[in-house]
Amino acid sequence: MLQINKLNAQVEDKQILHDLSLNIKAGEVHAIMGPNGSGKSTLGNVLTGRDGYDVLSGDITFNGKNLLEMGIEERAREGMFLAFQYPVEIPGVSNMEFLKAAVDARRKHQGLEELSSFDFMKLARDTSKQVSLDPSFLKRGVNEGFSGGEKKRNEIMQMMLLEPSLCILDETDSGLDIDALQVVASGVNAMRSSDRSFIVVTHYQRLLDFIVPDYVHVLAGGKIVKSGDKELAKELEAKGYGWLESEVA
Amino acid sequence: MSEQVSGNAQVEDLMRKDYAAGFHSAIESDTLPPGLDEDTVRFISAQKEEPEWMLAWRLKAYRAWREMAEPTWAHVHYPEIDFSSISYYSSPKSMKDRPKSLDEVDPELIATYEKLGIPLHEQEALAGVAVDAVFDSVSVVTTFREKLYEAGVIFCPISEAVHKHPELVKKYLGSVVPQKDNFYAALNSAVFSDGSFVYIPKGVRCPMELSTYFRINELNTGQFERTLIIAEEGSHVSYLEGCTAPMRDENQLHAAVVELVALDDATIKYSTVQNWYPGDKNGKGGIYNFVTKRGIAHKNARISWTQVETGSAVTWKYPSCILKGDNSVGEFYSVALTNNFQQADTGTKMIHLGKNTRSTIIAKGISAGRSNSAYRGLVRMNPGAEGARNFTQCDSLLIGDQCGAHTFPYIENRNASAVIEHEATTSKVSDDQMFLCQQRGLDAEKAVSMIVNGFCREVFKELPMEFAVEAGKLLEVSLEGSVG
Repeated sequence: MLQINKLNAQVEDKQILHDLSLNIKAGEVHAIMGPNGSGKSTLGNVLTGRDGYDVLSGDITFNGKNLLEMGIEERAREGMFLAFQYPVEIPGVSNMEFLKAAVDARRKHQGLEELSSFDFMKLARDTSKQVSLDPSFLKRGVNEGFSGGEKKRNEIMQMMLLEPSLCILDETDSGLDIDALQVVASGVNAMRSSDRSFIVVTHYQRLLDFIVPDYVHVLAGGKIVKSGDKELAKELEAKGYGWLESEVA
Repeated sequence: MSEQVSGNAQVEDLMRKDYAAGFHSAIESDTLPPGLDEDTVRFISAQKEEPEWMLAWRLKAYRAWREMAEPTWAHVHYPEIDFSSISYYSSPKSMKDRPKSLDEVDPELIATYEKLGIPLHEQEALAGVAVDAVFDSVSVVTTFREKLYEAGVIFCPISEAVHKHPELVKKYLGSVVPQKDNFYAALNSAVFSDGSFVYIPKGVRCPMELSTYFRINELNTGQFERTLIIAEEGSHVSYLEGCTAPMRDENQLHAAVVELVALDDATIKYSTVQNWYPGDKNGKGGIYNFVTKRGIAHKNARISWTQVETGSAVTWKYPSCILKGDNSVGEFYSVALTNNFQQADTGTKMIHLGKNTRSTIIAKGISAGRSNSAYRGLVRMNPGAEGARNFTQCDSLLIGDQCGAHTFPYIENRNASAVIEHEATTSKVSDDQMFLCQQRGLDAEKAVSMIVNGFCREVFKELPMEFAVEAGKLLEVSLEGSVG
C-alpha cells in the first residue's frame, strides 16, 4: 500500500523528518505516537503533498506509484485521505455540494460514473446517521459554526463517503469527549477492511483503546525510534516519552 | 443541485476559453462617423423619426453635457476618453425594414445570439422569459409581446414607446435621473440609441420574467441604452438584463441610464448579470461601463437591485433607491468580481425620505489578479425619515496578494430616530481552505470557484433561479487563471 523509504523533509527551511522509513500493507492499522514537535503531523502533511512541506530526499510509493510525482488532488483521487486535526470552515458552500464534488472527482478518477443527485443524497444521509450527525448538517456550510466534535464527525463522514484506500487520522482525538471519541472510533472500525489501511496519529493512548492498531511506532526527533504492537502504546502511557528519548540518546 | 452537477462539464469547457463571448459578427451596419455635436443628436433623433419634443429633450441634455466635466472621484484610473473619437450611432443594415418575426431576422444575427447562448427560437418556447434583444443600438425583435399585451403589460423598445406611448415617456423619462444628473447621464440623454420600456398597469403582476440582452458589436461605438420601467399602483415586475461585448483591443464606452418608478404598493425587482469584455490579461481593451441606475419608491413600494458584475475594464455604477413614500423598501444585493487589471467602483445610494422606510445592502466584492474593487455606498436619512432603518453588510474577498479591496461608506443621518447598521469584513481565500478542497480531490480552479460561490451565496439566492446558476458559472469563467 505505502512504502516510505528514508524520507527527509523540511518545513520552512527546518528539517523535521530524518531518514524515516515505514512500510504499510493493505488492511493494516499503524499508530504513530510521539511527543509534541516530534514530526507526527508533518508526516501526514508531507504524504498528502501540502504546500510548504518539502521533501529533501527519499522516496514514497503509494499503490505502486511514485507518490512524490503526484499533485495534492491526484493523491486524494488515488485514495489518500487526511482527517484534519483542525478542519477549516468554508462559509456558504454546503456540505452536500462539497461532498458531491469530492466524491465525483474520486469516482471520475476511478473510471466510475458520477452518482445521480438522488442517489448521492440518500448515501450522504445514511452516512451522516452513522456518525450521529443530523442530516441537516449536510445543508449547512462546510464546518460552518460546527462544534469541535461535529467537525471531527464531519471528517469521518467525508472519509466514509470517499472510501479511501489509505486514511490518515491526524490527532482526530484531540478535543473530543469520550462519547464523540467512540462515535469517531466506531466509524473508523466500520471501515476497516483487508484492502484499506490506516495511519492513526495520536498523542494519547486513549484512542487506541477504541481503534486497536496492528503496529505502534514512536516518533521522536523526526525518526521512528521504536516500533511494536499495541502493548507499546500502553507502555508509553505508563512511562511517558522521556525514557525513549533518553534511550535514543 | 442537479443543475449544478449537470453544469460541470459545460463549465470545464468554458474555462478553457478565454472570453467565450468574444466573437464579432460580420453584419453590415450603418455607423455614424465619430464625433459629437448638435448635428449628431439631430441625426440620431431623425433616424428614429422622433417627435419634436423628444429632439428638444435630447438637445437640452446635450447642451448641459457640454458644460459638464467628467467625474474623477471614483477609485479608478484610465486614460482620458476622447469623446470626439466615438461613433454615437450604429444600426444593423438589415434592420432598415423592421422584421415582423424571427424569420425575417438576418440569419447571422440569429447565429450570433445562439453563440451567446440566447437562442431566441428556444427562448420563445422557454416558459416565462421574454427577450427584448438590443443588438448595438436598435431593438431587433421582441418576443412574447402578445402574451404580455393580454395582461396589459407594455414591453417594447423605448424608441417605439416614444411613438406609441408619448404621454408615459414624457411624464416619466428623466423623472428619476434628470438630464443634468451627472456627466454620463447627460451624455446618455443626448444620444441614447435604444433600450427597453416597461409599463405594468395598476394591480397587475407581470406574468413572466422580462429579460433583455445588451451587446456592443460595432468597433468604436458607444452603447447608450436607456431603460424606463414604470410599475403602477400595486403591480409587480421582475426584470433581468444580461450584457456581453465582443473582444476588442480598443476600449469601448458604455453609458446607460436605467430609471425605475414604483408607485404605491408596487414592486420592481431588477437583476443584472454583467459580463462585458474585461480586457485581456495585460489590461488591454475592455469596456468602460459608466452607468446610472436609480429607482424611486412611493408609498409601501419596494425596489430591489441585484447585480452580478464580472465584466468591464472599468466599472462605475451605483444602482440607487429614493425611498420617497412611507414604508417603502430598498434593497441592493451585489457581487462584483474583478480579475487581472479590472477596476470596479460600485455600490449604491439609499436615500430615505419617507417614514419607516427600510433599506438593506449586501455587497460582496471579490478581487483577484492585480485588480481593484471598491464598494462605495451612501445611506442618507433625511429629517422626515422617522423610524427609518438601514442594514449594510459589505464583505471583501481577496485572492492572491496583488489585488485590492476598498470600502467607502458614507452615512448621513438627519433623523435621530433612524437606525443605521454597518458591518464590513475582509478575508482571503485561505491556504487551509484550498488545501482542504484539494485534499478531497478538487482541482485548484474548482476549489476557488466553490469558495467564491459560497462567499456570494447570500446574493445569488436573490437572483431568479435560472440566472443564479448562470451567475455561478460566470464567476468560474471569470476567475480563470487567478490561481496557480
